[in-house]
Amino acid sequence: MSERPLTQNMRPDGEALTIKEYERTGGYQALRKALKMPPKEIQEIVKNSNLRGRGGAGFNTGMKWSFVPMGNDAPRPKYLIANADEMEPGTFKDKMLIELNPHQLIEGMIISALAIEADIAYIFLRWEYRLAAARAQKAITEAYENNYLGKNILGSGFSLEMHLHISAGRYICGEETALLNALEGRRAIPRAKPPYPQICGLWGKPTVVNNAETFSNVPHIILRGADWYKGLSRSTDGGTKIYGMSGRVKKPGLWELPMGTSIREILEGNAGGMQEGYELCYLIPGGASTEFLTAEHLDVKMDFDSVPKVGSRMGTGTLVVIDDKTCPIGVLHNLEKFFARESCGWCTPCREGLPWVTSILEAIENGQGQAGDIEMLATHGESLWLGRTFCALAPGAMEPLRSGLKLFKSEFEQHIIEKRCPWR
Amino acid sequence: MSKIYIDNKEHEIKDGQNLLQACLSLGFNLPYFCWHPAMHSVGACRQCAVKIFKNEQDTKGRLAMACMTPASDGTRLSIDDPEAKAFRSNVIEWLMTNHPHDCPVCDEGGECHLQDMTVMTGHVARRFRFNKRTYNNQYLGPLINHEMNRCIQCYRCVRFYRDYAGGRDLNVFACHNHVYFGRHADGILENEFSGNLAEVCPTGVFTDKTLRRHYTRKWDLQTAPSICVHCSVGCNTIPGERYKELRRIRNRYNGEVNRYFLCDRGRFGYEFVNSDKRIREPIINGNPSTKQEALKHISSILSSGSKIIGIGSPRASLEANFLLRTLTGPENFYIGSSDADYLMTSEIIRILRNSPAPSPSLRQIELSDAVLILGEDVTNTAPMMALALRQAARQRPMEVAKRLRIPEWDDTAIRTATQGINSPFYVAAPYSTKLDDIAAALYHAPPDDIARLGFAVTHMLDSSVPMPEGLSDEARSLASGIAKDLVSANNPLIVSGTGCGSIAVIQAAANIAWALCKKGKVASLSYAVPECNSIGLGLMGVKGLTDAFRDSEENTSALIIILENDLYQRTDAHTADNFLNSFKHTIVIDHLLTRTASKAQTILPAAAFAESGGTLVNNEGRAQRFYQVFVPDGMIQESWRWLKEIINIKGLPYASSWENIDDVISAISESLPVFKRIKDIAPAEDFRISGMKIARQPHRYSGRTAISANKTIFEPKPPHDPDSPFTFSMEGFQGQPPSPLIPRSWAPGWNSPQAVNKFQSEIGGPLKGGNPGKRLIEPQQGNQVSYFSSVPSAFVPRIDEWLVVPVYHIFGSEELSVLSPGIAELSPKPYLGLNLENEKLNIKEGDEILLTINFTEYRLSVRHIAGLPKGIAALPALHGINKTTLPNWGRVLKLKN
Repeated sequence: MSERPLTQNMRPDGEALTIKEYERTGGYQALRKALKMPPKEIQEIVKNSNLRGRGGAGFNTGMKWSFVPMGNDAPRPKYLIANADEMEPGTFKDKMLIELNPHQLIEGMIISALAIEADIAYIFLRWEYRLAAARAQKAITEAYENNYLGKNILGSGFSLEMHLHISAGRYICGEETALLNALEGRRAIPRAKPPYPQICGLWGKPTVVNNAETFSNVPHIILRGADWYKGLSRSTDGGTKIYGMSGRVKKPGLWELPMGTSIREILEGNAGGMQEGYELCYLIPGGASTEFLTAEHLDVKMDFDSVPKVGSRMGTGTLVVIDDKTCPIGVLHNLEKFFARESCGWCTPCREGLPWVTSILEAIENGQGQAGDIEMLATHGESLWLGRTFCALAPGAMEPLRSGLKLFKSEFEQHIIEKRCPWR
Repeated sequence: MSKIYIDNKEHEIKDGQNLLQACLSLGFNLPYFCWHPAMHSVGACRQCAVKIFKNEQDTKGRLAMACMTPASDGTRLSIDDPEAKAFRSNVIEWLMTNHPHDCPVCDEGGECHLQDMTVMTGHVARRFRFNKRTYNNQYLGPLINHEMNRCIQCYRCVRFYRDYAGGRDLNVFACHNHVYFGRHADGILENEFSGNLAEVCPTGVFTDKTLRRHYTRKWDLQTAPSICVHCSVGCNTIPGERYKELRRIRNRYNGEVNRYFLCDRGRFGYEFVNSDKRIREPIINGNPSTKQEALKHISSILSSGSKIIGIGSPRASLEANFLLRTLTGPENFYIGSSDADYLMTSEIIRILRNSPAPSPSLRQIELSDAVLILGEDVTNTAPMMALALRQAARQRPMEVAKRLRIPEWDDTAIRTATQGINSPFYVAAPYSTKLDDIAAALYHAPPDDIARLGFAVTHMLDSSVPMPEGLSDEARSLASGIAKDLVSANNPLIVSGTGCGSIAVIQAAANIAWALCKKGKVASLSYAVPECNSIGLGLMGVKGLTDAFRDSEENTSALIIILENDLYQRTDAHTADNFLNSFKHTIVIDHLLTRTASKAQTILPAAAFAESGGTLVNNEGRAQRFYQVFVPDGMIQESWRWLKEIINIKGLPYASSWENIDDVISAISESLPVFKRIKDIAPAEDFRISGMKIARQPHRYSGRTAISANKTIFEPKPPHDPDSPFTFSMEGFQGQPPSPLIPRSWAPGWNSPQAVNKFQSEIGGPLKGGNPGKRLIEPQQGNQVSYFSSVPSAFVPRIDEWLVVPVYHIFGSEELSVLSPGIAELSPKPYLGLNLENEKLNIKEGDEILLTINFTEYRLSVRHIAGLPKGIAALPALHGINKTTLPNWGRVLKLKN
């Protein structure tokens, strides 16, 4: 069995690793090592490891950090934020990482803060993650008690304050810039880029926002090197990945596997295949805002470069499997209703377009579809696309719709012609 | 300059703009909602999408929002690209999914930006078949109506109200397609600039509630360019009339003055013109009479050859004041301001005329990057100046944004980068003001101590000016901080005025500005003065009311003519009574039956501002022309015309050739050198465009033949206008006239106030042909200054007396606007202001007290005024409070409950 640096030390009983347990498994050794390294070197190692953003966008983490102004002239304070506002439907990997190994995240954040010379760090946590909140808070306290946080960390002269911030509970808060507004106490609406957060972020200061899983990788990279990290992967992206699978499979769950594991391996090897009586119809590879894949894509490698080659994205890498007994229009309606509700209301296409899409899907599902509805959905698929909306929420919402329209054209027509849902 | 290519045609544009600004500046029609020329880009509505191409070879291109894309050199874009057009039409279609189809009953109809943009994009057929969402509407007070169902969520209202105007009680609530713009609960909007919501809102969510009571479509309003008469700032306005009733006031863009906005007093104070207190016919000895009888009566008085005394008015035009002065001779012409106002205004004029520091326009105030307000409650005495100051507070932090290479128009990014940090901004006033929230430090003190702080700041800048003796350490360190910030600024600004009734404060402000000039700084100096023509009148006369009272003893047989003035607003009732009783004949020319008018033997009905033309000089020293909007009913005529007719009776040879207002203006500019430029403000009466006068009525004006059908079936000839190049008709030139003559904002396809884009030489810049108005006072060259040196002594509280200072109210302290019902409703009742937190008193809010100042008694209830220092009380300048000179010492006696 291959190495599982993120999860192999987790307790089997579902309790969080205490700081002592974490230290016993090599915890905070990476920090001790990093404290002796110049920031640019940390950035360089992480860049070379090809650690790519686990929130879904897959941007090279070290590269992201390299845009932060450094040195004595840089504006202060600088901020580092862990995005743990995990609200993507079907995604629950950060929850597990924080609940079971909060110190791994905290250590990763401290090292990352070192790399960008940040002064203040926040864990921006999803509102519903009560257990994760309690465990993260306890771990932060422990880290302070052991001088991994606070003033003059381990006598190095480096100081970092860390706060746990519980989100008010909206999907848009997971959007990097909306998160910054939310953290500032403003309405959670996204900001236009440029300026990028690295230059003008939280309270107008240089800020890096990374996904909680991304940070959790950092201590291992520092401790064992970029080459080791790249060697964990079966593709060009570095490291392992927490993959997940939900839906009518025998063993839904989360698994840390080499980056680039195929969908078939995850489905058949880890999730135990489909439940009896159900057949795989299609799957959503990385959270609700990615395009559908079908049985013919099972051998696609789950990594940031392979999935786009078949017209979707790896996203968060947590797959939702949809079976043949579930109406695909019903699924789309469910998804679009979520996105319409979670629109922040800032830009017109998203605010007004998504409810329209939802209403049409609802009408079709309820047997009230009309001629022209499919075309209207397709129009929205185009006009809510990237560059036309303010942020990526609406285009994300259009990804399943666009692929749904392609894959299930006849099912849509059947609903409209028969004026009913054939699955009911 | 840069070159951009729009649909393959090359265009030259100014640097630093976004593509929307650039396209609009070039005259293209590109629809938009959330962008506003004064509030810039946020990229919310997605209406201004265009196609951008990488280079000449790129044929695919990508859609981008013009408002969020820098117009950099070489940019290639297409407005007409089919995909861009389709998307823009889509955006309207989305907005229309929830917008009610209530245009016929919507007050915005006919001047609705949403209507205009809908037509522009070509969206016509409804495809959305589901239900519309609905909202509750709120009561927002007597000025603004709320109809939330019409909202298209452009976010302009909150951006104006909160970000631009500093309001707190309007916000955006909820999310997704149920975003709500309103207050947390029903209630009166607190901000003094709430009326702008009616113009900022692109549709009918926020509309003018006063217009609603006598509603008229924009195309049915007769309009002409005008100037606000409710304070000294001189905002440019567009009054609209129908059926001889003034219906509303709208903003008239002047890039140097009020630009896109007005204050609520200026916008909603107009209804005094329709007041039942108007004088509509001559009254002789209490009896209504005719014009002929009145003139005959005056003729018989004049035939006795008695001396004529004239009391001018700071709320009357230069022309009217000048004719009165001509009639009486300069030696018998008195400035009709209160004594204190006269002395302070004269001092301000003297300072400005000898100052190396210029008096800034509102636009220049907005661009100042360090501000000291010395003794003026600007929000209540010159409201639009307060709005400009609020923008000045954002100037200094713009440097941060500039360092981050954020373009000026990227509003969200600028606000993110600047994080609400303000320019150095200091407020010294006797009590808390509405600008305190942007101030780095406050200094609440009685007027003399405010002046002393000013002298201390001057000392810090120029040690040749002595430090006031006995200054507290606190004041000393504050003065040093202020001086440091002012001297490190690029464009420091000192603001003061007549508000706290102290010449020492006015002089101290001048000292600071002069010391900065001496240090080579481009410092400016702005004073708020009491009324719309205080400066104009001050430049014309040399004697005040006190002189008139003194001289009256030897003038008992004289005839006194009082022009548009209520002496009871100027002095205490006893003095006014005595003065008025000392004359055998009193003629009052006014539009309102004031207490003074009711004491006169002869009253001549004067035209209000919208019924007359003339020139006013604002606090900047900018002379501006206003035009008659409509011909009033009855025997009302312009004050200057009454005076001209009296002059004709008297027979002054040199004046007999003056036929119309242009002749009067020429006479003023020839006889008084300071007014030399006023004849260049606007084209004369004989100005024609293609042989036509300019139409006051829009080309869509309806009911022309029906409007007087109840009286005659023949369409009456429109009244002749001998004074201006305007017609009282829809016949005439309907295009773009020279900038001083723009009667309304309208351009083909642009029916809303946004049409102003088409009148500007560049978006947000000057009007084509330059902004109207002529500055009469320019700074003196050179750094030679002679400082004021009389420093008042420090304030010492008294045990049994209070120093009573004046306190002003935007709604209530101005005599004309309070006659408008909406303003009256917001005007406070008379009270005595005390700082109940500060004083250990056996008095609580609402208690009845008796205030005695110089034997004058005031029975008032107590109101808490925050910030008043110990030993200071505040008496509001309100209608119905007997006028007395403040500050002054008074005694307070608590009455039994």
